[in-house]
Amino acid sequence: MRRRSLVAAGLLLPFGARVLSAAPPPQAITPELVDAAKKEGKVTYYTAMDLSVAEPVAKAFEAKYPGIKVAVERTGAERLFNRIGQEVGSNIKRVDVANSSDAAHFIVWKRQGWLEPFLTLDMAENIPADQRDPDGTFVNQRTHLSAIAYNTSLVKPEDVPKGFNDLLDPKYVGKLVKGHPGYSGTIMTATHQLAKALGWAYFEKLSKQKVLQVQSATEPPKRIEAGERAIAVDGSDYLFWMAKERGAPIEVVHAIEGTPQISNPMAIFKAAPNPNAARLLVAWIMSAEGQQFIVNLSGQYPAHKLVKAKAGRPALASIKTLPEDPAEVEKSADEIKTRYQRLFKV
Amino acid sequence: MTRDLSRPILLAVSALLAAMIVLPVGWLLVVSLTDKEGGATLANFVALFTDPTFVDPLVTTLIIACSVSVICCLVAAPLGWLVARTDMPLARTVRTLVMASLVTPPFVGAIAWEMLAAPNSGLLNQLWRLVSGMPADEALFDIYSLTGLIFVISCYTFPYVFILVANALDRMPGELEDASSMLGAKTWQTARRITVPLALPTLLAGALVAFLQALNLFGSPAILAIPAGFHTLTTRIWSLFQFPPKPELAAAASVPLLVLTILLLRAQAMALGRRGYAVLGGKYGAPRPIRLGWLRGPAVALALFILAMPLFLPYAALFNSAFSRVASRIVTPETITLHNVRFTFLELSSTMPALKNTFLLATASATLGALLALLIAYIVARKAVRGHRVLAFLATAPLAIPGIVLGVGLFLAYTRPPLALYGTLWILLIAFVTIELPAAYQQLGSAFHAVHPELEEAGRMLGATQLRTLADITAPLLRSAVIATWCFIFVATIRELSAAVILFTSETKVLSVLIFDLKESGDVGAIAVLSLSMVAITTVVIAAANRLHARPQVRPAT
Repeated sequence: MRRRSLVAAGLLLPFGARVLSAAPPPQAITPELVDAAKKEGKVTYYTAMDLSVAEPVAKAFEAKYPGIKVAVERTGAERLFNRIGQEVGSNIKRVDVANSSDAAHFIVWKRQGWLEPFLTLDMAENIPADQRDPDGTFVNQRTHLSAIAYNTSLVKPEDVPKGFNDLLDPKYVGKLVKGHPGYSGTIMTATHQLAKALGWAYFEKLSKQKVLQVQSATEPPKRIEAGERAIAVDGSDYLFWMAKERGAPIEVVHAIEGTPQISNPMAIFKAAPNPNAARLLVAWIMSAEGQQFIVNLSGQYPAHKLVKAKAGRPALASIKTLPEDPAEVEKSADEIKTRYQRLFKV
Repeated sequence: MTRDLSRPILLAVSALLAAMIVLPVGWLLVVSLTDKEGGATLANFVALFTDPTFVDPLVTTLIIACSVSVICCLVAAPLGWLVARTDMPLARTVRTLVMASLVTPPFVGAIAWEMLAAPNSGLLNQLWRLVSGMPADEALFDIYSLTGLIFVISCYTFPYVFILVANALDRMPGELEDASSMLGAKTWQTARRITVPLALPTLLAGALVAFLQALNLFGSPAILAIPAGFHTLTTRIWSLFQFPPKPELAAAASVPLLVLTILLLRAQAMALGRRGYAVLGGKYGAPRPIRLGWLRGPAVALALFILAMPLFLPYAALFNSAFSRVASRIVTPETITLHNVRFTFLELSSTMPALKNTFLLATASATLGALLALLIAYIVARKAVRGHRVLAFLATAPLAIPGIVLGVGLFLAYTRPPLALYGTLWILLIAFVTIELPAAYQQLGSAFHAVHPELEEAGRMLGATQLRTLADITAPLLRSAVIATWCFIFVATIRELSAAVILFTSETKVLSVLIFDLKESGDVGAIAVLSLSMVAITTVVIAAANRLHARPQVRPAT
């Protein structure tokens, strides 16, 4: 299936059609910008990406631009959103760059006027327009999936589930682990897509399967690797693959019903205490070099045209994915959390 | 006579304490009675008592608190008796180790028990399957359950009851028991008619302490309750602070905890107040230890078995996980790795800022808290100014405010002008000093009774002000008590999570919150490294303070 564009997904057009682009003129990475960034000496990067990827990305940037320290602030996207809301609301200027797995957050931040438009020459040329906000306030850093996965030493070949409905079989009672939409943006986005595709009745039945409930989408991969549960209902797919490539007994399943697809936008905040270092960080992460680094390390799907997906991973176009609709997620997030909590009791 | 500053100081201290308590609690009550538009309403309380997502946690919390209370007494009473009244071998070591287990923050204990008793990957369950041949999907222990949570909370609560019981048994006159046996009573008769009745009020007080502890605990439930599929009252209050934040509901949900805590503290004061009769009536000799005979071996085995629960097993699991790639596998010489240590200290960019914040806050809270407690204890003990009773009340009042409730209250009080302290370390400092003040004040208050006022009067006669006397005469005499209090606050601050988790921002993150954040993404290796570092720092501080403490003491041993 073709990658759905963010425009088609409604993310970039939250309030009706905006015909004219208000994007800022694309900038070059000038020595002046680098100098100004080095003078600031640090940049704070809020992200929902697993630390095993986020911290190495930060270190690679520090190596590329010595003298600029990156403070990585990682937590689940929903908690990140809450944290940023409380901090900005209390006039605490701390966040420079935010990157989250719940694309709906960027609609809110943009509407509140918190985001600073930014576009480099390279981004203008090599990041497809459907991966960018027309006003330049955010850009999709990378795409991943929320996949089903299982521990091969705990699931017999004939018992491997083919999709979400299979997981309702009584033989999987007490064998499942899943993340929580109240904490994880990946799971929030995935829950919205699955509820639309399969209905809430699906979650009602799933909640009777004695599911081990964890918070972040980054935890189910660690739980099935440890053997605590046999099958992950959801979770950030790149972590399943990374564990598998490290030798862990893990296989990924792309559900016959379709696998939730999650974009991960990134934006600079207007009130950023380190505006130049923030621009440099975004410019580097979105450059072919930065994108290649993330791909090599984690195999997530890049936004940059010149960067190839990681060898050995299935091409995104070959996977049946569910449609992503951030504008809908923004409207129904509270309802999703409430319904989910009533079913799963936490 | 030099100008005496004591009156303005009393006023200042009273105003400070009142602000520390009235501001958060006042805002809490106001907000709980306010709707989103700012109008007065009871709707928040109606929601609280009709919505199952509030009622269920309330019921769960009460079940937990009652069970923990009973279990703690059942464990602490026999253990306290063995240590205080019998010739059990290693009694002194056992006593020290039980107290040492209190250094473990409850949330770290819960994480360690996850490593041990998660139904499938838990080390104990794996071991049991290996030994018994039980099928792979059955578990001996399931930590993700109500009983699992009750067990873990009990592990880190029974030491409080143990200390109370053991201290009371130390002081209990042995003559009464001797008399009983001389009059021909059998050992069990003496126990039933003398020892148990004498120890009962203390045990009752201990039961209440355990109940309160379990009621207000956030750390262990926060780790175990979500995977187990239920909320307790404290985790529910915390979840109300997640997006979209509903502070008015959080405030309303805090009120039952506050009221229940105040009632229980009254009950505890009554129980402990009655204990007086046990030690009335002049001096007694130290009680003679009861000979256990052939039971000495089984007794010490039982004591060590109990200690394995909060201490030996969890720390073994933490060490294993710190040096293992996957926490569910036992480290072998082939698989041992420094990956987690490297990740925590070289890659994780939050580690150093969190360590710095924690150390700074612990030092500042301990210093400020000990000074404040010293000043209040002095004014109250020497009845230095009229109205000193108010001070004593204010200094103990925070005891009634659970950590998470104080966190909510401080958040409400200091996110608005004139004191917009949210986002700074100050708000955490205020929280920690407020939380630790009652215990600090009680410690120093009792220490003052050991210093005779004559020494101070001499200073006053020679023309020094009350403050000068306090600084030059009383404080040095109280040195060891002050050091002990300082350490106490330092350690308590390092392990505090419940208020910090509401009040931190990314810039003011402390170690406990960092561990909590890492738990969300399941990075148990880094958690193990950080937890062990945390306990190591604490232990070093206590050991250093003990060395200071061990120098010639002025204070008579009590």
